[in-house]
Amino acid sequence: MGLQAYLILAAVVFGIGLFGVVTRRNTIGILLGIELMLNAVNINLVAFARFSGSEVGMVFTVFAICITVAEAAMGLAIVILLFRVRRTVMADHLDLLKG
Amino acid sequence: MDSGLLTLVALLAPVAAFLVLAIVAPLRRAGRPGAYFSILGATVSLGAAVAAWRGYDGAITRMVWDWLPSEGRPLATIGVLADETSTVMLVLVALVAFLVQVYSLSYLSDEPPQGLGRYYTYQSLFAFSMMGLVLAPNLLQLFICWELVGLCSYLLIGYWYQKPEAARAAVKAFWTTKAGDVGLLIGIVMLWKLAGTFDLGELRAMATGNELPLAGLSIITFCIYLGAMGKSAQFPLHVWLPDAMEGPTPVSALIHAATMVTAGVYLLHRTSWLFALTPDVLLIIAWIGAFTALLAAVLACVQDDIKRVLAYSTVSQLGYMMAAIGAGFSTAGFFHLLTHGLFKALLFLGAGAVIHAVGSNDLSRMGGLARRMPQTAIVFIIGTLSLAGIPLFAGFLSKEEILGSVWAGGLVGPFLLLMLVAFLTAFYMFRVVFLAFFGTAPAAAGHHESAHHGAHEHDPPMPMLLPLWILALLSLAVGVYSTFIGPGLVALPEGAAEHTAPGWLTPAAVGVAIAGITLAWLTYQRRTINAASLASMFGPIRHAALAKFWIDDLFERVLAAGTLAFSSLVGWVDRYIVDGVLNVVSVWTVTTGDEMRTIQTGRAQDYVYGLAVGLLLLLVWARWSLT
Repeated sequence: MGLQAYLILAAVVFGIGLFGVVTRRNTIGILLGIELMLNAVNINLVAFARFSGSEVGMVFTVFAICITVAEAAMGLAIVILLFRVRRTVMADHLDLLKG
Repeated sequence: MDSGLLTLVALLAPVAAFLVLAIVAPLRRAGRPGAYFSILGATVSLGAAVAAWRGYDGAITRMVWDWLPSEGRPLATIGVLADETSTVMLVLVALVAFLVQVYSLSYLSDEPPQGLGRYYTYQSLFAFSMMGLVLAPNLLQLFICWELVGLCSYLLIGYWYQKPEAARAAVKAFWTTKAGDVGLLIGIVMLWKLAGTFDLGELRAMATGNELPLAGLSIITFCIYLGAMGKSAQFPLHVWLPDAMEGPTPVSALIHAATMVTAGVYLLHRTSWLFALTPDVLLIIAWIGAFTALLAAVLACVQDDIKRVLAYSTVSQLGYMMAAIGAGFSTAGFFHLLTHGLFKALLFLGAGAVIHAVGSNDLSRMGGLARRMPQTAIVFIIGTLSLAGIPLFAGFLSKEEILGSVWAGGLVGPFLLLMLVAFLTAFYMFRVVFLAFFGTAPAAAGHHESAHHGAHEHDPPMPMLLPLWILALLSLAVGVYSTFIGPGLVALPEGAAEHTAPGWLTPAAVGVAIAGITLAWLTYQRRTINAASLASMFGPIRHAALAKFWIDDLFERVLAAGTLAFSSLVGWVDRYIVDGVLNVVSVWTVTTGDEMRTIQTGRAQDYVYGLAVGLLLLLVWARWSLT
């Protein structure tokens, strides 16, 4: 399998993640979508690293995974706080920014 | 000390008094102590001025400091310039200022202390400003002081600001002179553009050395003359001076007779070398001067208010001075300025004493005062004789000097006008003398009132009487000294042409004056000529004169109509153009905003969606445009 197959996979995963972020009503679902998008990026990094023979991409991936974990923890904490304050985690109820 | 330093002392003494009075409020509110302080300043100033004048040794002294730094050399300087003209003028200003301040102490004794303190604060400021004007080494400092004296004039005319007429007169004086001042400022700036300097000495060197381009110089000199026209009350800007009589009488004596109103004449004398280059403007000055003199003299004949007679007389005499300057002999005008300053201040202060005693300005309520106020009568008559131009009095010499110079300048028209004015001057002044000091006291409407006033009608107290006598003796002394010993008061500046008066001039001038006196005597003393029939002989003129020749009305109408038309135009522009544009823009903003806000849903997901679509579009665009 060539580089292209990995890139297509990453694009598909990114698209699914974006679709989830845009359409899910539940905040947890949105977070899951974000995770998917990040992982698509990770796939890209690893694939490029593998096919170009440089280890830099691998190192970046390790960093990216760490950051993803932290981001997920932060995101879940925000969701919990949000629920405590607003008694809901439905994204379309959270429209305080409405003009 | 040399003259420059002394003039500086004379200049700084009143401003020190002013600053102390202005800053130390308790001293000012105390009234009389403040007044003594101000008089102290005036005394120092007078002493220094006299010392500077007597010690002047013919060398022009300049003490200047740089101001307004610029590339190369400073744009302007400030300081003092002591020469023949400025030192003698300085003495006049300091002398009259000092005497008036002493006189006011008694004249305004009924004023509340705060008012008195305010009065003396303004007086000190005025003395400083006027001296700064006189000593100015450049046109810029002169202009600043010129405006300062205008301000003091405004403040002092409106001293009794509770009186609506006084407040109105103050504003009128301010605006009318300001109309001329705009011209002066434009003239000074244009002259600077032409010559590159404000300095009088440098300008003079350029003018006499034929270094100034003559093209456009006429406009400059005319603009400068406009300033002089406003300050020195020349037709048609003379309308403010009679109204300025609403101020206290000592103020009229100082500002509106002896010093400030003569600033215009002084300015033209100071820059006579410049005006000599533009004979056409000089001709205008001479004609307007002579016409003003006649107009004001006619107006003076019909006034019943003693101060207004003197005010119109001042306008008339200023016209005299201007005519001499217009004829090219500014020294004659300046000489008349000095003598006029003495005797007109005397006349005003004398009138003040009369008003103080009678309690009214109205000539018809006076009469027979010579018996009750003999000393006032004597000094007033000395002043009147001087103004009428009777030999041995100061006014005679200067008046004849002016008539001679106008004749020598070849201006027959103005000369004839001025001869007529000489006749009218003698007539209206002696009309005042006969009506106020001789004849019988009027049978007053209310007997009690008359008795009440009669008790007050005596010579004024010493602080008022002393200035009167000093001015009277000086008027006499200058006349006698100049007649028998020689012209020691004002030396001709170098290069000024001397003129020889024709032999018939002196008898003619004196004859005309005596004719005027005789007519006044026959009319108002002997009653040989009925005043009413004399008046009806000049029916239309008298009617017009009583209406001030409708000049004031014309100004008011034109200004009122002009202002209204202009303001309605401005109002229309403001309402429909300025406001219109603004309203349209704001309505647009509101409606577009209303429509645009609907895309702001407040849901983060919509924004992410927008972001993704935007990014996609960017990618597509990049793909299409980069390949």
